[in-house]
Amino acid sequence: MEDKEEANNEPLDLVRLCIDEMVVVKLRGDRELKGRLHAYDSHCNLVLGDAEETIYVADDEDEDEPSRVRTITKKLEMLFVRGDSVVLIAPHAPIVH
Amino acid sequence: MLFFSFFKTLVEHEITVELKNEVCIRGTLKSVDQYLNIKLDNATTTDESRWPHLIACKDMFIRGSVVRYVHLPPGIVDTNLLEDATRREAEAAKAKAK
Repeated sequence: MEDKEEANNEPLDLVRLCIDEMVVVKLRGDRELKGRLHAYDSHCNLVLGDAEETIYVADDEDEDEPSRVRTITKKLEMLFVRGDSVVLIAPHAPIVH
Repeated sequence: MLFFSFFKTLVEHEITVELKNEVCIRGTLKSVDQYLNIKLDNATTTDESRWPHLIACKDMFIRGSVVRYVHLPPGIVDTNLLEDATRREAEAAKAKAK
């Protein structure tokens, strides 16, 4: 294999650049996490701090109407996430509320 | 190996394990292995009315693959140490792949 210095980037290099930054993580089961990335490994196991979990739940009481989506949010101070639930990891632009 | 070592530092601490079937179990982390299987002592479910079948379980083994989250006590996690260890592990993995 040719040894080009910058060319042999791996997908996980993006995640490495996100250490100690806010990230958005999409998970299986209509879940999403926003939090500060403290650790990851090659399985996408993660540790997130100051995390907020959003769960998207379909509210289909009425079969005729298209189901509305309800969201549940939870605050989690320090969280380990098992990699097999992770779908994607993206840097989260800091938004000042 | 990073998270195996990380969980070993959490032994004897109270953690809450959330499983992929929504069940939440709180207990003292007694041991962990390379698959991140977990042994909990003095385990209780966080909502006994929802999961009454688990009331009788006090000590349990949880297979690593059924875990979704582990909620950690924030005070005992050294985030700087964790970040440095992550960078080191990422570098080592990259060197190995070459």
